[in-house]
Amino acid sequence: MNRSVWLGAALPLVLLVGWEASLRLSGLVTDSLAPPSAVVASFGSAVSEGTLFKDTGNTLAALALGLLLGAGPGMIVGIALGLVPALANVARAPVEVLRTLPSVALIPLSLIAFGFGYSMEIAIVAFATFWPTLVLSQAAVAGVDKLLLEVANVLKLGPVQRVLKIVLPAAAPRLIIAVRLAIGVALIVAVTVEIVANPQGLGYALVIAQQSLNPARMLAYLLWVGLLGWGLNWLLVRFERKVAHHGRPPGGPKS
Amino acid sequence: MNHRKLGHGAATALLGLAIVGLLWYAVTALGIVSRVFVPSPSAAFGSLIRGVREGDLPLQSLATVKLMINGWLLSSVVAIVLGAAIGISASARQTLEPILEFMRPLPASAVIPVAIALFGLTPGMMLGVVAFGSLWPALLATVHGFANVEPRLTEVARSLQLSRMAFIVKIGLPNAVPDILAGMRLSLTVALILAVIVEMLAGHAGLGTAILLAGRAFHSDDMFAGLILLAVIGLLSNGVLRAFERKLLRWRQ
Repeated sequence: MNRSVWLGAALPLVLLVGWEASLRLSGLVTDSLAPPSAVVASFGSAVSEGTLFKDTGNTLAALALGLLLGAGPGMIVGIALGLVPALANVARAPVEVLRTLPSVALIPLSLIAFGFGYSMEIAIVAFATFWPTLVLSQAAVAGVDKLLLEVANVLKLGPVQRVLKIVLPAAAPRLIIAVRLAIGVALIVAVTVEIVANPQGLGYALVIAQQSLNPARMLAYLLWVGLLGWGLNWLLVRFERKVAHHGRPPGGPKS
Repeated sequence: MNHRKLGHGAATALLGLAIVGLLWYAVTALGIVSRVFVPSPSAAFGSLIRGVREGDLPLQSLATVKLMINGWLLSSVVAIVLGAAIGISASARQTLEPILEFMRPLPASAVIPVAIALFGLTPGMMLGVVAFGSLWPALLATVHGFANVEPRLTEVARSLQLSRMAFIVKIGLPNAVPDILAGMRLSLTVALILAVIVEMLAGHAGLGTAILLAGRAFHSDDMFAGLILLAVIGLLSNGVLRAFERKLLRWRQ
């Protein structure tokens, strides 16, 4: 193994061993902290009981539907605004105002509109993912090379053909980045909604573990949420590289 | 930008906002959405004015803004110091990066139950959560700024035999300032979001709690008054930082 791997592993290892040892040696009994070994054991029991998968499924379902209802329309509106600058000028101020609104502040509104359950969580995730997707899609389309648009003019393509054959393929890599960022936002918002209000999913499991003074379970869920976020991001970055590589013209990117 | 262009921009901005306002009015006046959830614009702004004049809205806004700014300042200091260390030193990067890479995508709100268990419902806990959550944008931007110093400048520093400290202050920091400022602007947005969340969870006085309580009492006009204030706070803080950024970076243009 090389030096960088050792260095990277050193700090987490030292922290873990120090954490375990300090709790074991001091004989401290606490309701707010558990040693790593207990966290791992609790993680194992959450897996074998099946609660971990059920909670993860709840969160991911809300995430996926919210993303579909938020990032989908966001991308369509963003592409439209990117294509029509006059429309973009009019929309700029309202978009700026609405996208700075913290989506979590809408939890009380969503709660009285939909009650507890999937709908209120999906609504918040949709709102939270709509704006960044819109802004990034608009930038992606507006940033398409002017030369390509001239090519479309020369070929006398109609508006639909122009969008499908020239604009979308050229904007695709940046549209994919927009979706990746939206998925990151969706996970954060879904877990947050569950922590603040919605009694289901990973966020709620975290809160319940804390309130029932079960620090091992709480930390196990925290670890899992972290792994989930990390893994999702890793997958999407790999997917993005593959697609971006595939879509690039031979001879590599032009500088 | 000349004056005519500026006037034109303001006119289209007003047009856009007017269209949204009209839509809002139409939706409530035609009864498409129940008044229980969405008040008419006049009711919302009426409640806002009443709340600012004789209610607790100014105090609640102040509490939220204070929490946001304190947490953001704390995270900015940590981000710049830590980011400079990681950006400059390869061994610091190798030691810290794996742990930071794991913590970065962690939803900051997921840390709140743990923070409550460890520190209780204290102001320090709230500050810590806001600072932790808003750390990442500024930290990543700072690392990027320090790690991407023009190689020629690094060579110049070497031939001048600058000490590491002098390198950081004279070359690294000026080079990283644009990245740091952009990162800090993103961090401020995150800080506002987390201030609202942690207020709601800790039941601490502020706009987040005010909106939550208004929702529980089905006072949709008070809820929207709080939402409008939050949007204004977000817009203002972003605008101020952007203006500051432009002023500070004028030398680069």
